[in-house]
Amino acid sequence: MSELNIRNTGQLVSSETIDGEIAVLNLGPTHPATHGVFQNVLKVDGERILEAEPTIGYIHRAFEKLAERRPYNQITPITDRLNYCSSPINNMGWHMTVEKLAGIEVSKRVEYMRVIIMELARIADHLVCNSVIGVDTGALTGFTYMFQERERIYEMFEAVCGARLTTNIGRIGGFERDFPEDFKRKLDDFLKTFPKRFDEFDSLITRNRIFMDRVIKAGPITAERALNYGFTGPNLRAAGVDYDVRVMNPYSSYEDFEFNIPIGKDGDTYDRFMVRQHEIRESLSIIRQALNNMPAGKHYTEVPDYYLPPKDEVYKSMEALIYHFKIVMGETPIPAGEVYHAVEGANGELGYYLISDGGRTPYRLHFRRPCFIYYQAYPEMIQGSLLSDAVLTMSSMNVIAGELDA
Amino acid sequence: MSNNQNQLVLDALQQRFGAEVLSASEPYGLLTVEVPSNRIIDVLSFLKEHEELRMDFLTDLCAVHYPEDPGREIAVVYHVHSMVLNIRLRIKAFLPISNPEIASATKLYSAANWMERETYDFYGVQFTGHPDLRRILNVDSMDYFPLRKEYALEDETRNDKDDRFFGR
Repeated sequence: MSELNIRNTGQLVSSETIDGEIAVLNLGPTHPATHGVFQNVLKVDGERILEAEPTIGYIHRAFEKLAERRPYNQITPITDRLNYCSSPINNMGWHMTVEKLAGIEVSKRVEYMRVIIMELARIADHLVCNSVIGVDTGALTGFTYMFQERERIYEMFEAVCGARLTTNIGRIGGFERDFPEDFKRKLDDFLKTFPKRFDEFDSLITRNRIFMDRVIKAGPITAERALNYGFTGPNLRAAGVDYDVRVMNPYSSYEDFEFNIPIGKDGDTYDRFMVRQHEIRESLSIIRQALNNMPAGKHYTEVPDYYLPPKDEVYKSMEALIYHFKIVMGETPIPAGEVYHAVEGANGELGYYLISDGGRTPYRLHFRRPCFIYYQAYPEMIQGSLLSDAVLTMSSMNVIAGELDA
Repeated sequence: MSNNQNQLVLDALQQRFGAEVLSASEPYGLLTVEVPSNRIIDVLSFLKEHEELRMDFLTDLCAVHYPEDPGREIAVVYHVHSMVLNIRLRIKAFLPISNPEIASATKLYSAANWMERETYDFYGVQFTGHPDLRRILNVDSMDYFPLRKEYALEDETRNDKDDRFFGR
């Protein structure tokens, strides 16, 4: 590392200049190393970054405006497209927000089912993020192994809801169907074989000398700066703050489960990687606990105003037909009020700030998107580092374009 | 207040700001206070530096448009969080749409930078003292603030989804 000194102007200047010439480099918006539509205009001195200026909004789709014209059950597909690496967490977060507003208490079984699906989504999300950190350091093998495992998680989602990436899984009040046999078989199989394969990935990457040399001290942030920048999720925990919404404000019966919150120390790329590695194991343990203690009962709660009746009843019973019609037309009774509900998304605190005036659509819906908030620390984190470290820092922050741009 | 912790925060605020805490309520358990827009930075920094409360985490910042409320059309809503005591607080400040101006919280929170840019982008709230108040998600050449209520999402002549037809 060459020395960096800050001039009176506050500008960083490298003492190890190549020819003292500062170049402007456009990294992105479409660049194979950026995993999404991100643009950064970098001022570089040789390989060293002096300044970065991110431009975002390339895939902005006006979700908050769209939501003001959609009935509550039609907003779930919008949430899919926020952090699309773990859509089920977004879906569940939205269902819970509406349930909180409408005062619906769902059954314990539904909550446990939700926990299983959400933790599977968290594993899938962490697997993508961590294996891609490997790819950016030149280790493609781990990535191909872990994508097979992610594929198995997607097959489980498919068994429950019919979709893989943008899942639209679950409904207000419960699930569209009970976990099918197919899902249970796949999940059992996954819980048996995945830990072994994950260990293999772990042994390939985690203590690999080349990998460690590349990621340790790359893109660090202190706990104090991270908090000031509104960091949440694994990125904040990597900096040493044990904040997790699942523990601080438990939702969906998370208080019933025993699990650890892994934290890091330096907030660098290696710590972020390690926190995710450990969280995957914790998630597996949560899934096992939920499966073992799964309460009996139905996969939905008796809230006919919000939860679609079984289709065959719609054809036979007047009551069911009326409810079906009202829900499909978006006519569900929603009280006026405002509510903030947060869930622990795979990359941080995903919050829904919902204001209802009692109408058929939200008056205002604001998504607290974790990566929109923490991505603004990126220029500070990469200032003075090498270009190749900047690429690593970005992939280890788990910035998802869909969530960033909403 | 139904909740002791909320009472703690409200007492601290009322002791310091008195009648400037314009209203307080607890929708769904989350303490919500309204303060005058010119005092917002004082309130945020008081909460941030308060030794017991330590509300030093800015969770969220956004705006809401109420066109039917003359003089208070734009509400700027702050969610702050004390991670030590695990208390959340919602702070609202109302601004007239003719001059939607409020001080920027970027000096207190680096996180406020993009949140304020987003709020400016969609509602046109002018955050004074912001280092770089530009649009963030929309194109720079846009000449209106799209989340304001006067911009309907769909064809306004369409009335099949109108509340009137559903007894509301």
